[in-house]
Amino acid sequence: MIADHLPALQIVVPLISAPLCLLLRRGALAWGLALLTSWAALAMSILLLSRVLREGPISYALGDWAAPWGIEYRVDAVNAFVILIVAAVGAVILPYARRSVAHEIPAVQHSAFYAAFLLCLTGLLGVSITGDAFNLFVFLEISSLSSYVLIALGRSRQALTASFQYLVMGTIGATFIVIGIGLLYMVTGTLNMADLALRLPPFGENRTVLVAFAFLTVGASLKLALFPLHFWLPNAYTYAPSAVTGFLAATATKVAVYILLRFFFTVFGSEFAIETLTLHYLLVPLAVIAVLVCSTVAIFQDNIKRMLAYSSLAQIGYMILGIGLATPTGLTAGIVHLFNHAMTKGGLFLALGCVALRVGSVKLESMQGLGRTMPWTMFAFVLGGLSLIGVPLTAGFISKWYLVQAALEQDSWLLAALVLIGSLLAVIYIWRVVEVAYLRPLPAGAAAVREAPLSMLIPTWVLIGASIYFGIDTSLTVGVARRAAVMLLGGGS
Amino acid sequence: MDVPGLFNYWIVIVLMMTGFYVVISRGNLIKKVVGLNIFQTSVFILYISMGKIFGGTAPIVAPGITVYSNPLPHVLILTAIVVGVATTALGLAMIVRIKEAFGTVEEDEILAQPDDDA
Repeated sequence: MIADHLPALQIVVPLISAPLCLLLRRGALAWGLALLTSWAALAMSILLLSRVLREGPISYALGDWAAPWGIEYRVDAVNAFVILIVAAVGAVILPYARRSVAHEIPAVQHSAFYAAFLLCLTGLLGVSITGDAFNLFVFLEISSLSSYVLIALGRSRQALTASFQYLVMGTIGATFIVIGIGLLYMVTGTLNMADLALRLPPFGENRTVLVAFAFLTVGASLKLALFPLHFWLPNAYTYAPSAVTGFLAATATKVAVYILLRFFFTVFGSEFAIETLTLHYLLVPLAVIAVLVCSTVAIFQDNIKRMLAYSSLAQIGYMILGIGLATPTGLTAGIVHLFNHAMTKGGLFLALGCVALRVGSVKLESMQGLGRTMPWTMFAFVLGGLSLIGVPLTAGFISKWYLVQAALEQDSWLLAALVLIGSLLAVIYIWRVVEVAYLRPLPAGAAAVREAPLSMLIPTWVLIGASIYFGIDTSLTVGVARRAAVMLLGGGS
Repeated sequence: MDVPGLFNYWIVIVLMMTGFYVVISRGNLIKKVVGLNIFQTSVFILYISMGKIFGGTAPIVAPGITVYSNPLPHVLILTAIVVGVATTALGLAMIVRIKEAFGTVEEDEILAQPDDDA
C-alpha cells in the first residue's frame, strides 16, 4: 500500500523534484514542478497529521531495516505538527515566489533557485520527521546549505556577506550538534532517539552525557538564533530575496526550536534537562532578555525587513520562554506560538515583499502614504502586526494568553509582566509603520504605485487570514499543541 | 590522568580549539574557511577514534577474527566529510563572489564599504 510509505514519500518527493527542477532549465517549468511538489508535500503532511491524531505515533523503518539499527522515521503529534507548518508555508510561498523571484533574481538563476528551495524544504521536513540523531544532522545540513545559497541570491551585494556569516555560524552550530550526537553514541552505542531515551537514564550525570547535552544545546541555540547567538539572523533576513525571507522566517528557526524540544524532552527527558540540570535557570532569563532587547532594537530600525527580523528574535524568545517553563501549559504556549508565529511572520514578510516589488525599497521613508496606494498589502501588514502584538481575536493573542497563564501558574508575576511589556514594545514598532503608511501624505512627485499582483496578494492573505482564523478557532492548534506537550512531558501520546 | 591512552582525544581538543580560534579571530574570509575546516576535522578524528577497538582489525568477516573495530562511526563520518566538503566549496564560491562585489576578502574592509540598500 502506498499509504504505508507516506513518511518516506514526504521526504523523497521534494528530494527527487529538486534535481529535476535543475534539469528543466526553463524557470517557468521549474516553478510549475516546484509548486506541484510543495502542494503534494502539504497534502501528505495533512494525511500524516490526521493519521497520527487518529491512530497514534507512526514508525517507519527506512529500507525495512528494523529500528535501532536502521534509520527510523517516527511521526508523533509534535513533529507531525511541525511538518504541517513547514509544508503549509512552502505550499503558500511558491505561488507567491513566481512574480517576486522574477523581479528580484536574474532569469538564468530561476531553475537553480527553485531547486535550492525544494532542497531546503526537503531538509526541513527531514529534520522534523526523522527519529535518528545522525540523520537529523544530515538533513539539517541539507537545509542549511541550500538556505545559504538562497540568501546569497539576494539583490544587494551585502547578501553575499550576510550569507557567508550565516554559513560560518551555521556550520559551527551544526558541528556542535554532531559532536553532541557523537558523544551520545560513545556512551550508549545507539543513534535512534527512542532507543537513546531508554539507554541514557542509567548513566545519570555521567560527564560525557553532560558534555553532549551542552554541545547539543548550544548547537541548536545557534541554529534557532537564541539571544546571544543571534548575530547571523538580522543580516540574513534583511538581504535575502523576499520569498526566501518569508519562507525561512516561518520555518527554519521553528524547525531548530523543534530540535531543541526533541533533544530536551524526548532524548534526555524533562527530568534530566529541567530537574537535574535546572536548565530553566539559563533558558528563561535568556528568553526574557531576547524579548526585551530585540523588541527594543526593532523600534530603532529604518529598514522594515530588519525590524521584522529583530521582532522574530523576540518572538523566538517567547517560544523558548514557554519551553523553559517546562509545564504542560508553558510547552503548549511554546508549541502554539511556533505555529502562530510562522503564519504571522510569514504573512508580514510576504506583505513586505509586495512593497519591495512595487516600490523597490522596504525602508520606512519609502512607505509614506502606501496605505492609500497599496491598501490590501498594507492592511495585511496591519493585521499581521496586530497578531504580532497579541491583540485579542488574533493568533498572537492565543500564544500570549497561554504564556501568561503558564507564568501565573508558577506565581511568576514578573514573567507575566515582562511578556506584556514585550507586547507593548511590539505596539511601538508596528505603529511606526502604520503611522508612515496611513497618516503621512504621498511624497510629492513620487512615481505612481499600483497594488501588488493577485498572485502575491493571495498567498499573503492566506497566511494573514490563518493568523486571524487561528486566533478565533483554536481547536486545531491548541488541541494538537496540548497533546504534543503532554506527550513530551511523558504522559503518553 | 591517562594522557597517552587518550592521545587522540587530546589532539581532537587542540584541533577543535585551534580551528574555533581561527574562525573567531581572523578577518580574512579564506582564513575563516580554513579555521572552519580544522574545526570540522577535529570532529572527524573524534568519531574515528571512538570506533577504534584496541587489538581489533578491519570489520571484515574472515576465519579467526573475533575482535574488530566498530565500522559505524567510520561510515557516519564519511557522510560528515562530504558535508564538510560541500560547506567548504560553497564558502569558497561565496568568497569568489564577495571578492568580485567588494574587491577584497578582508572582513573589516568589507564592513567599511557603504551598504547599498539597507
